[in-house]
Amino acid sequence: MPTATLKTTALHATHRRAGAKMVDFGGWDMPVQYSGILEEHRAVRSAAGLFDVSHMGEIEIRGADAAALTDYVTTNAVQKLEPGQAHYSGLLYEHAGFVDDILVHKIASDNYFLCVNASNQEKDYQHIASLNKLHASVELTSDRYTQLAIQGPRALATLQKLTSSALDAIRYYHFVDGSVSGIPTRIARTGYTGEDGFEIYFAPEHSERLWNDILDAGGEFGIKPCGLGARNTLRLEAGMALYGHEIHSTITPFEAGLGWIVKLDKGEFIGRSALARQKDQGVARKLIGFEMTGRGIGRDGYEVFLDDAPAGWVTSGGPSPTLNRNIGMCYLASDRAKPGQRIQVMIRDQAVDAITVPAPFYKRAK
Amino acid sequence: MYPEELHYTKQHEWVRLKDDVGVVGITDHAQNELGDIVYVDLPRVGAKVEQAKTMGSVESVKAVSDIYSPVSGEVIEINDVLATSPEKLNESPHGDGWLVKIRLSAPAEIQGLLSAADYEKYVAEETGH
Repeated sequence: MPTATLKTTALHATHRRAGAKMVDFGGWDMPVQYSGILEEHRAVRSAAGLFDVSHMGEIEIRGADAAALTDYVTTNAVQKLEPGQAHYSGLLYEHAGFVDDILVHKIASDNYFLCVNASNQEKDYQHIASLNKLHASVELTSDRYTQLAIQGPRALATLQKLTSSALDAIRYYHFVDGSVSGIPTRIARTGYTGEDGFEIYFAPEHSERLWNDILDAGGEFGIKPCGLGARNTLRLEAGMALYGHEIHSTITPFEAGLGWIVKLDKGEFIGRSALARQKDQGVARKLIGFEMTGRGIGRDGYEVFLDDAPAGWVTSGGPSPTLNRNIGMCYLASDRAKPGQRIQVMIRDQAVDAITVPAPFYKRAK
Repeated sequence: MYPEELHYTKQHEWVRLKDDVGVVGITDHAQNELGDIVYVDLPRVGAKVEQAKTMGSVESVKAVSDIYSPVSGEVIEINDVLATSPEKLNESPHGDGWLVKIRLSAPAEIQGLLSAADYEKYVAEETGH
């Protein structure tokens, strides 16, 4: 039984009633699976899946100084965003380690909507608020939103049945404020699965209705309710970083292969000088994908050996349901963090062979 | 739900006894808790195993979990099917998804294992249902 201290989303009772298996996920009582991780994973790759990701946090930055503050606390170029556009970005400390990885949505030049990781939301809010020397308004508004992810090749067809917004006109990493089932909803073409799809935000009191409407609408396409277990196997195949695994407070974007979200020429921002130094000097370690060649599964935290010496660690690892291979990501010294290196992963005191490969492991056909 | 003729452990393994050989597996409750099983690591034929000591592991998509031997003895056969079809463990935990056969070296150990009814009660208490 969950302890009284676990946080819940507005759909908690719905998940329990539907027989989802619930787990403590960073302090939240969340569904890890409905019918089974493999089945849900395959549904997202071949049809569609619906995820409750309301544990994710929202922070809203408003006012005449909103753009300047958002730009100052994040690594990507906020000035380049058009209204209705979003981007992936880093929220860093001065030493260039991650406070969090986030999505920044530009609603208007004086209004930015940040989607942040569940267990980081208070920390992120304090971090941004403490840097607010300007006069922007910074608000942690997570309890005003339910966030659902509809992901997979039939996500668009599913959601289109419930909205008059022309979904095929929303480009990747863009969004509109429209309605779904008559409920005012922010509809973003974003995701964390490597598939086409949408993440939608709306007021929590409508949660059960929208959840059920989307499952009904997607029934003809084979949509399945999905838990966080499949979300993790999907994002791993897509080579996407997970806070606490590939990135954390002592990992920088360059080390994590996220140089593309760092815009050193955009002007001053938190972490810029440390990043500029790292760009000049190079990084000591880098993230690289691997595939097990021996029998076994390299999992998070396992040690990695190269030439019989400790050389790094696994950040995420597990079976790839799409590729039917055991895959993962690990940190290695920069000069060895390239494809084709024979490594060993220490699996419960046994060195098991693996080989480094480029990530992502899976790319959808466009 | 839990076959009467099996003997159970609190670590969620079972033994089916035939003469001095025990067929060993994990319970339906265990496979259900683990979810989709993708990899099974078993001892070699000829290995000596001890009651309540680790003899292998099962991995689901999300986690790895130890298998503890419910009895002491020598492994005389392993279920090779699991190497290529680990999902058998989910589909038939008390049948085709058996793990190993062990020639018992201390048959009296069986007395200390749980009956189906006691195991079912134990699971109910553990999960709070």
